[in-house]
Amino acid sequence: MAQAQGVLQRQGTRGSSPSFWIQIKKSRWAYLFISPFYILFAIFQLIPLVLSLWMSFTRWKGVGPMKFEGLINFSLIPHDKLFWQSMLNGVIIFIMYVPLLLFMALVLAVILSSGRVKGYKFFRTIIFLPFITNMVAAGFTFQILLEQNSGLVNQALGYLGLPGVPWLENIWWARVSLCLLIIWAWLGYDMVIMLAGLQTIPHDYTEAALVDGASPIQAFFHITIPLMRPVILFLLITSTIGTFALFTEVYILTNQGGPISATLTPMLRIYKVAFDSFQFGYAAALSYTYFALIFVLAIFQFSFNRENM
Amino acid sequence: MSRKTKKILTDIILYTVLIGITIFMMLPFLWMLSTSFKLPEDIFGYPPRFIPDNPVLDNYIYVIFEKNVLVNLKNTVVIATIGTALSLFFTTLGGYGFAKFNFPGKKPLFLMLLATMVIPGAVMLVPSFIIMRNFGWVDTIWPLVIPGAASAFGIFFFRQYISTISDELLDAARIDGAGEFRIYWNIVVPIIAPGMVSLGLIFFMASWNNFQGPLIYLKSAEKWVMTQAIRSMQGSAGFTAWGEYMAMSVISLIPLLIIFLLFQRRIVEGITAGAIKG
Repeated sequence: MAQAQGVLQRQGTRGSSPSFWIQIKKSRWAYLFISPFYILFAIFQLIPLVLSLWMSFTRWKGVGPMKFEGLINFSLIPHDKLFWQSMLNGVIIFIMYVPLLLFMALVLAVILSSGRVKGYKFFRTIIFLPFITNMVAAGFTFQILLEQNSGLVNQALGYLGLPGVPWLENIWWARVSLCLLIIWAWLGYDMVIMLAGLQTIPHDYTEAALVDGASPIQAFFHITIPLMRPVILFLLITSTIGTFALFTEVYILTNQGGPISATLTPMLRIYKVAFDSFQFGYAAALSYTYFALIFVLAIFQFSFNRENM
Repeated sequence: MSRKTKKILTDIILYTVLIGITIFMMLPFLWMLSTSFKLPEDIFGYPPRFIPDNPVLDNYIYVIFEKNVLVNLKNTVVIATIGTALSLFFTTLGGYGFAKFNFPGKKPLFLMLLATMVIPGAVMLVPSFIIMRNFGWVDTIWPLVIPGAASAFGIFFFRQYISTISDELLDAARIDGAGEFRIYWNIVVPIIAPGMVSLGLIFFMASWNNFQGPLIYLKSAEKWVMTQAIRSMQGSAGFTAWGEYMAMSVISLIPLLIIFLLFQRRIVEGITAGAIKG
């Protein structure tokens, strides 16, 4: 239907377009309707991006004249331990939670859509609920729950005769705690996306496999996961970008990327350089380096996944 | 193992998983609520109590009357409402432009729009601030509502949505002499209203829960939104203000919770439409 209309429209314009400018004038309403995006993009993204490229070659504290310094900012970046630590943290945290989160989301989606459990709506609502919660409230709540000496979680471990865990004090446990918060917050979102994805794949394959004597677990790994590849890929890519850009979670839960920068993310590092130390020029240089690295990573991830399709 | 025992066993495993997840999901909410009614000395008390032995309203009274949380709540509502209204207007208009018109440069313009979605937010952090400061917009709501008012994602979403409207309907209105804006306002908008509810709720939620933007741009305390206000709580000497933190958190959550329970289906639709069709 839409395609047929497209053809008609195209024929219509071809038949009645003596000149390019008349066509432009005829389309003035369309240009007007789409213009807000391009105006806002130019003012709030394009100009800032160009400005920030210029800033990255200067030393500037945010006030007074910008002092041109050439490539000094960029020459400092290879020695910026905190920045590289934040990139590494991004990779570590990604590996720690993303496969687990996607696996849990897919398993839950399969269970809930199988028609085997009563209360589908109830469980879906509960699992989705954390997604609407702001991360400041959630971060503080997790801090209380995970408090080392008498937080609820460690008290519960004590009941079971287990030693308390330094959830937010030890670098690795702090990363685990962060992953718990992220999984808690995003499981519902990922599950809902997976549920929608499951509706688009044909049921016949799974049913046929089950009739042929495959176990549900075999069917899950050999049929559902391959068919769900595009959806999984979508979530994988958004989670990659999301992990490096974690901000509120690490600002609140681990008190600005602690302990000893174990949960510092690139986003938080750039924020701190700019708004805590007021090194705007250097922050701009970091931003561009980060952009380039993420870009390379995205291309790598994309081509890797295409090869495996 | 007989078929029946196998089925029962599977059911037990499935429900155990689901109930375990449910506890994991609900625990923070319950503990937040519980802590918000506790006195400072009971918050880390032993043994832990879900229903406090001595429930008090002190935390709520403190944040409402001493900390003016209602002002923060008002600020949050104002920013989220204005931001959502502007976004809905410009994204539906843009979506309509791309869905129902043919014009020179349409394809490259649309590709450019999609390409802007990959610019990571961290890159924009510093330069946006400089621009906003030059506009004199620091400590105003504008940096939080204007730059995202014509989001690429929203335009993409509504382009998909509007392309299902039949052209005959629009052409009939044109023949009757309706202007293009009137066609948009009187015909397109009513038809896409359900989609506007879906995406509007998502815009609203994102604005409500935003922390980084307000942290950078809203400087004076009387302009703070809820997320900032929670973070800036100070306890009485020697205590971290956990009870007050949690009372604030509960207040920040309730409006979204009500909206979510009323419009759950629409919110889920808005989220999945962007991901699956895209």
